[in-house]
Amino acid sequence: MSEERPRDDYLRDGPNLTGAELDAVLDETWRDGPGLMGWIRSVDHKSIGKRYLVTAIVFLGLGGILAALMRIQLSGPGHHFLGPDRYNQIFTMHGTTMMFLFAVPVMDAMAIYLVPLMIGTRNTAFPRLNAFSYWMYLAGGTLLWVAFVLNVGPDAGWFSYVPLAGPEYSPGKRVDIWAQMVTFTEVAALAVAVSLTATILKKRAPGMTLARMPIFVWAILIVSLMVILSMPSVALASSMLLADRLVGTQFYNSYELGDPLLWQHLFWFFGHPEVYIIFLPAAGFVSEIVQAYTGRQTFGYTTIVLALCATGLLAFGLWVHHMFATGLPRLGYAFYTAASMAVSIPAGIQIFCWIATIWTGRPRFMVPMLWVVGFIVTFVIGGLTGVMLASVPIDLQVHDTYFVVAHFHYVLIGGAVFPLLGAITYWFPKFTGRMMSEGLGKVSFWLSFLSFQGTFFPMHIVGIEGMPRRVYTYPAGMGWDTLNLISSISAFVFAGSVILFVANMLLSMRGGEQAPDNPWGAPGLEWKAASPPRPYNHAHIPIVLDNTPLWNAEQPVAYGLRVEDRELVLTTVLDARPDLREPSPEPTAWPLIAALATTVMFISSIFTPWAVAIGSVPIGVALIAWFWPKGPPHPDPVIE
Amino acid sequence: MTEQPRFTTDLAPLRTYAFGHRSLTWWGIVAFFLIEGTAFALAVAAYFYLMNQEKYWPPQPIAPPGLLAGTLFTILLLLSEIPNTMAKKAAEAKDLPALRKLLIVSSAIGLVLMGLRAWELDSLNVLWSENAYGSAVWLLLVLHTTHIGTDWVDTLVLAALMHTEHGDTGRRYVDCAENAMYWRFVWLLWLPIYVMLYWLPRLVT
Repeated sequence: MSEERPRDDYLRDGPNLTGAELDAVLDETWRDGPGLMGWIRSVDHKSIGKRYLVTAIVFLGLGGILAALMRIQLSGPGHHFLGPDRYNQIFTMHGTTMMFLFAVPVMDAMAIYLVPLMIGTRNTAFPRLNAFSYWMYLAGGTLLWVAFVLNVGPDAGWFSYVPLAGPEYSPGKRVDIWAQMVTFTEVAALAVAVSLTATILKKRAPGMTLARMPIFVWAILIVSLMVILSMPSVALASSMLLADRLVGTQFYNSYELGDPLLWQHLFWFFGHPEVYIIFLPAAGFVSEIVQAYTGRQTFGYTTIVLALCATGLLAFGLWVHHMFATGLPRLGYAFYTAASMAVSIPAGIQIFCWIATIWTGRPRFMVPMLWVVGFIVTFVIGGLTGVMLASVPIDLQVHDTYFVVAHFHYVLIGGAVFPLLGAITYWFPKFTGRMMSEGLGKVSFWLSFLSFQGTFFPMHIVGIEGMPRRVYTYPAGMGWDTLNLISSISAFVFAGSVILFVANMLLSMRGGEQAPDNPWGAPGLEWKAASPPRPYNHAHIPIVLDNTPLWNAEQPVAYGLRVEDRELVLTTVLDARPDLREPSPEPTAWPLIAALATTVMFISSIFTPWAVAIGSVPIGVALIAWFWPKGPPHPDPVIE
Repeated sequence: MTEQPRFTTDLAPLRTYAFGHRSLTWWGIVAFFLIEGTAFALAVAAYFYLMNQEKYWPPQPIAPPGLLAGTLFTILLLLSEIPNTMAKKAAEAKDLPALRKLLIVSSAIGLVLMGLRAWELDSLNVLWSENAYGSAVWLLLVLHTTHIGTDWVDTLVLAALMHTEHGDTGRRYVDCAENAMYWRFVWLLWLPIYVMLYWLPRLVT
């Protein structure tokens, strides 16, 4: 019974089943069920991607509100709008929300939605794991924010340094909430990374060799591997912190042979790659946008891919530059300075490749391209202050000042959020079937770009003038007043511009112009699917002949997949030769149930270690039920 | 799409499962190897980091962990590879009767291992809360116990599943083969940890 031979009575796509007739059958097979249950049970990468995106934007809004509160507080000296304790919670919540609940998940969102469309498959690998990851992310974010509203919000910084975050100096549960939120989001990010790695390596359309993958997909592959190799570090470190706080382990207690610096090493072994985990997808967006709006293949494809790989590797050799002020051996200083400066080389190479693409192409400066130009300018400034900070004498001078705050907002907002907003504008027609308003888009771009500089550029100067980070107020007469006021006013304009961007999204979703399948004349496979894509993405699996498939006059397709069951094709890792027909899982509620069981265990283990043992049982039951085959065995496999 | 697409490649003759790196399951498991391997590597690094700062390891007057339980555990774990390899081969040969028996043997060995592990935890000569040395030792053992416990439960589930009507299908054989691969990872990872926990303190002191 196991030696499959294709049976003739299966309905398969091909010359005899194509066009509208095929669409109807595939729709029936691949669409989510109706109503709330259909929504809960969905394993469609597009539904999950959209959920991730909306949730991440909500967290962006919440994090932004906290930023606005801080800017009100700091707009002048000696303000009492916020007290010190509240201020500590707010800056901790702002950093934590933006890094763990916005920046990484929003990149996951884009990748989950786009990668299967770009590589020409019908769904991600392990789509139920993707569904599970979303619920975990939602639970972790909710835990953090509910705790904050209940005045149990973490207050030891987004990096929770010990001994401040240890049991002695942070009694209560605030730090535990932070540490457990980390566990939630790391489980979610790791699940997505596994799913995307397997998707990219095994589900590419026939003919899409590694050397023909879109650069965005390369970026996501590298990022997924980086997540896999770095996130265990923070999960381990925060579990050790929880254990120190709950069961009296002594990892970070220097009185009992522990070491607070162990925390910093483990945290930054994750924390530094994290920066590139956020930046590399953005580099992928830029490559795709530049290619589409210049009408030529991105200049230096191989060079950019190698630069992405180099960035990914170097990212693991830099973490100690966050610890220059802790005292290091001389050789350590030299090594980490050199490594930190070296990472600017692949970053610079990419910038030059994008400039060369624009230079040698026929650029159309529509809204996404404006964001790219804004990105290049802003990211280069942030990159340059990064090189400055890599130098130990400068770092020691400006460590923990607003200079560092300016630097990382330039690289994170300039380097990741600007490309993201460009990418949302670029792919919005694919997501929704509507075009975003070009006029509103231009207004929000220019407002954002200028007000961003107004907000963060003065921070370089107040930083050099000695204003420390994480202080809830400052005395008059330090020379910081005017610059802080400029920052605060600009910050409100910046917030307004982001609100305008989101308003543009909402208005366009309802009343925007209808989008054709490929409004920009872009070359990627995602533009071959309908706008918005049907549940099955591509009616026939495309065959890829080069890097820019839709610019090729030849667009052959493969055929012969079962269409009444969820089936797709696996290809070989390097050459993408068709290898196996693979069933794709049907919708199910088990990922949600498993996530709920995990949530109960994680949250109760903040209070008692026994929760780990007892709480593992329902998780195990849910996972087994998830895996266990339902219904009778099929001659050709189906995952029910 | 208005015109008829150009059909060039027929996918219908492709098989629906394969062993090893051709299967999606294999790639999922390899990704989890990387995740778990990284976590272990960092826990080992933390152990060495803490050890590097001390003059005595274990710190005086603590004795190194008792050898008997951990060594018995290690020997049985190594021996478990025999039925494990046989199970992997049986899965690849789709020899269901043999596979069923071997999965039961593997499950039984898992049970004994869990018992030995409990004894091992009792003979460490240190509690997690005494000092950072104790914390690091317990961290590694708790991680590895979770690891081995997870794969033991996987094996139990597969042993049960292969006794149902779902057993004799290609994808379930792949599951069993990949589960055997996972077990190899579990014991391979243990060997350096065993040396580190049991022999290193005796060698450096």
